[in-house]
Amino acid sequence: MTDTDKDRITLQVARYRPEQETEPTWQSYEVPLRKEWTVLDGLNHIKDHLDGTLSYRWSCRMGICGSCGMTVDGEPQLSCAAFLTDSAPGPVRVEPLGNFPVIRDLVVEIGDFMNKLTEVKPWIIRPEDKPPDEGEYLQTPDEMDEFKQYSMCINCMLCYAACPVYALDPEFLGPAAIALAQRYNLDSRDAGAADRRNVLDSAKGVWACTLVGECSTACPKDVDPAGAIQRYKLTAATRSLRELLWPWGAR
Amino acid sequence: MSRTALYRKPVPTFWWLGRRSYAVFVLRELSSVFIAWFVVFLLLMAGAIAEGSGEYRRFQDWSANWWVVLLNVIALLFVLLHTVTWFGLAPRAMVVRLRGRRVRPRSIVALHYLLWALLTAAVAWLILDG
Amino acid sequence: MTRRSPESLLWLLFSAGGTAAALLVPVLLFLFGVAFPLGWIPDPGYTHLLSVLRHPVAKVILFGLCVLCLFHWAHRFRYTLYDGLQLKPLSKTINLFCYGGAAAGSVAAGYVLFSV
Repeated sequence: MTDTDKDRITLQVARYRPEQETEPTWQSYEVPLRKEWTVLDGLNHIKDHLDGTLSYRWSCRMGICGSCGMTVDGEPQLSCAAFLTDSAPGPVRVEPLGNFPVIRDLVVEIGDFMNKLTEVKPWIIRPEDKPPDEGEYLQTPDEMDEFKQYSMCINCMLCYAACPVYALDPEFLGPAAIALAQRYNLDSRDAGAADRRNVLDSAKGVWACTLVGECSTACPKDVDPAGAIQRYKLTAATRSLRELLWPWGAR
Repeated sequence: MSRTALYRKPVPTFWWLGRRSYAVFVLRELSSVFIAWFVVFLLLMAGAIAEGSGEYRRFQDWSANWWVVLLNVIALLFVLLHTVTWFGLAPRAMVVRLRGRRVRPRSIVALHYLLWALLTAAVAWLILDG
Repeated sequence: MTRRSPESLLWLLFSAGGTAAALLVPVLLFLFGVAFPLGWIPDPGYTHLLSVLRHPVAKVILFGLCVLCLFHWAHRFRYTLYDGLQLKPLSKTINLFCYGGAAAGSVAAGYVLFSV
């Protein structure tokens, strides 16, 4: 084996070009294997030097923009955080993010997730806004700790790719959207929990989740969407029980 | 220009066979079948006890059949899987606060196991102290 | 007020049943299903078991355990059929089978336990 052989790795990339094929096919590329290279670096090498027709999304290459999620060796991962050396000697299988329709090569259609995101109103809802000259809405560190974990979500959709419930029923609101709803529900400055309830407390909302837990395993930011969903189930169920037993009580 | 066709990957019928965590999930969900079986077994026994000592003796003979014991051993393993996974997931749903402080998830799990041990001992004492 | 889905209450029953089953079923199943039939532990005898079963507190606890366990099964099994076998199109039949079965089982449990 020569040195050049030793320092190279094969990327098996799923190609889908709708104008010429009806389902994805594999294409292999050989790229340099360097200690500091991620799968995304390998794809960029392909795009720049081997095959300019390969399509994929990426932006920040440092795990914060959430746009380079792909299926690497069968696992949903950020391709900028999956090192080539971890898959050595290879080949590395690179596929588009699971559970989403594929537009081209590694690019998936994310409109469904974007619509769901707005459904849960992920912004601070106030009964009335305070005039700016009255100052900021203050919050203690303890109050911030309540929701901070859920605010780490970068909308990379790896959790949707890992969720078998979403695979089977695309109407399911899904992990990230519910975790983000909880991010605002648990915020001391927010008063929108009642507005979000119709969407969350429905058969397509938290109740579709069967707590497989893979969303939390896949999450690159330790958001724990499965935990967020479980917490909301308990909140919603105790509230429903209270309304059932005490229907004339204040909501 | 018309929009080009999207490719949707079909979900195989037995999707949970392809991944360890999915398979464990399905096993965990199937534990419920054995919990239902336990109810049937318990009611058969209670019914036999209500019928008198002769009927209870017949129930004992039946429950000592190798296949009934085997079924119950399998059921017990599934129920234990249920117990362990259930306790493990409990702190994900429960956020308990004591004097304004959030109780650590590990403590919640430990409390579940403590309660399990106490109840198991109490039930065993009640049944065996004959 | 909008109509709430019954899912939340079914989930509460499922959860209560899951907790009750996790706490109580292992010891009961071990003793009556494995240890006594195999002779690992001597059976406490008919009269003692009858007196335990006749105690009103035991009846209520066992009845509660049976009902919760059955609804726990109904809920979980329903989703296992939905997702595990992709039978969601048959949801009406599945719901009737699962929750109807749990309700019928609860009636049977009440009949058996309160007639001892």
